[in-house]
Amino acid sequence: MATRHGTTPSQTIGPFHRIMVPWEGGAELVAPDHPAAIHIQGCILDGAGQPVDDSVIEIWQANVHGRYAHAEDTREVPLVEGFEGFGRAITDGDGRFDIVTVKPGCVPGPGETVQAPHIALSVFARGLLKQLVTRIYFADEAAANDQDPVLRTITEPGRRDTLLAVPRASGGAPPVYDFEICLQGPRETVFFDV
Amino acid sequence: MDRPNSYKRDEAGEQPPYLHPEYRSTVLRAPKQPLVPLPHTLSEITGPVYGHEKVGPLDHDLTRQHDGEPLGERIIVLGRVMDSNGRPVPDALMEIWQANSAGRYRHEVDNHPAPLDPNFSGGGRCVTDAGGRYRFVTIKPAAYPWGNDPNAWRPAHIHFSLFGTAFATRLITQMYFPGDPLLACDAIFNSIPDAGARHRLVCRLDLEHTEPEWALAYEFDIVLRGRDATPMEG
Ligand SMILES: [Fe+2]
Repeated sequence: MATRHGTTPSQTIGPFHRIMVPWEGGAELVAPDHPAAIHIQGCILDGAGQPVDDSVIEIWQANVHGRYAHAEDTREVPLVEGFEGFGRAITDGDGRFDIVTVKPGCVPGPGETVQAPHIALSVFARGLLKQLVTRIYFADEAAANDQDPVLRTITEPGRRDTLLAVPRASGGAPPVYDFEICLQGPRETVFFDV
Repeated sequence: MDRPNSYKRDEAGEQPPYLHPEYRSTVLRAPKQPLVPLPHTLSEITGPVYGHEKVGPLDHDLTRQHDGEPLGERIIVLGRVMDSNGRPVPDALMEIWQANSAGRYRHEVDNHPAPLDPNFSGGGRCVTDAGGRYRFVTIKPAAYPWGNDPNAWRPAHIHFSLFGTAFATRLITQMYFPGDPLLACDAIFNSIPDAGARHRLVCRLDLEHTEPEWALAYEFDIVLRGRDATPMEG
């Protein structure tokens, strides 16, 4: 067994990340007029309930069929031309972000399990020495959520619900889901040790 | 695909905690509930993989993004990206950003009264080669004050962003310079509990890659998480 090389530690992204070369496409994974487009509109709040207005969020997801555009997803599930599954957004002055994407399909979990449609999300910000990782699930996928191997490990219902994006009642097109991220407090979002 | 080949967990003290009260902004932003352990599934062992298509020919050279040359000490920053099993990470997108030679970011929320440099933007990109090697040309950033306490100064640093091979290997960090006396009192650098791990963020003067009469070189190697078990080979 070869010796392990110690990993490089993380450091905060800090407040000046707008210097980075802008990310082409931002958090628009599909065009807003794509027939299957959805918006996920979120906000990030700190422990005082104040908006986190200087953070970067990144998302990673499978396509509408449940296939990741990555060499390690070797299943015979179709890729979608032009859909990479990655996006990056900077929260605005109200701590808000807007993702335009499609709802991903189900992907396999450990053993014979099936993971409900979900999007992996990282938060980078001043005051976060390392990114926080959470997942966006969909409140209108109750049956799939009940079988999801990750959601099933979170037994407190109030905590599990912090991972659900909730369809907005207005019912317009494209559909809008709301997703709140609380870094602390009674509605603190579930964050994962990845 | 019932048992994905997961990535090794970092060792104790190698990564900073979320709550580090000496860095005041962590107090209202660090989660208070314990993190939920997430076994690596297909969602974590895949991830955005970008290479040469994202990078223009001069993106690695922050001294050639404007008509004139930026002021300050021109430097070369180079090194190797590998995983914790010692394997190079080839064709991987890296992003950097930094303050100018006066310690000022070209950024609307930076109000430090130091001059902006019209010839320096401070953002760059490059892709590692087949051996995991990378090379940037830039100018040495200066220290700058920050609001952590009434006389807090960040040591000179360059911010680095790497995707690696999977969602689980994503890393954003900062590179520091050897011998900087501000390292001893920096709340962000000292948030990393293990001294050995902390000093992995300090680059090394690299005379071998220095270009005589032109620029000093600094070497900064980066180690991303490697696979838990090496797949059996042929
Ligand atoms: Fe900085």
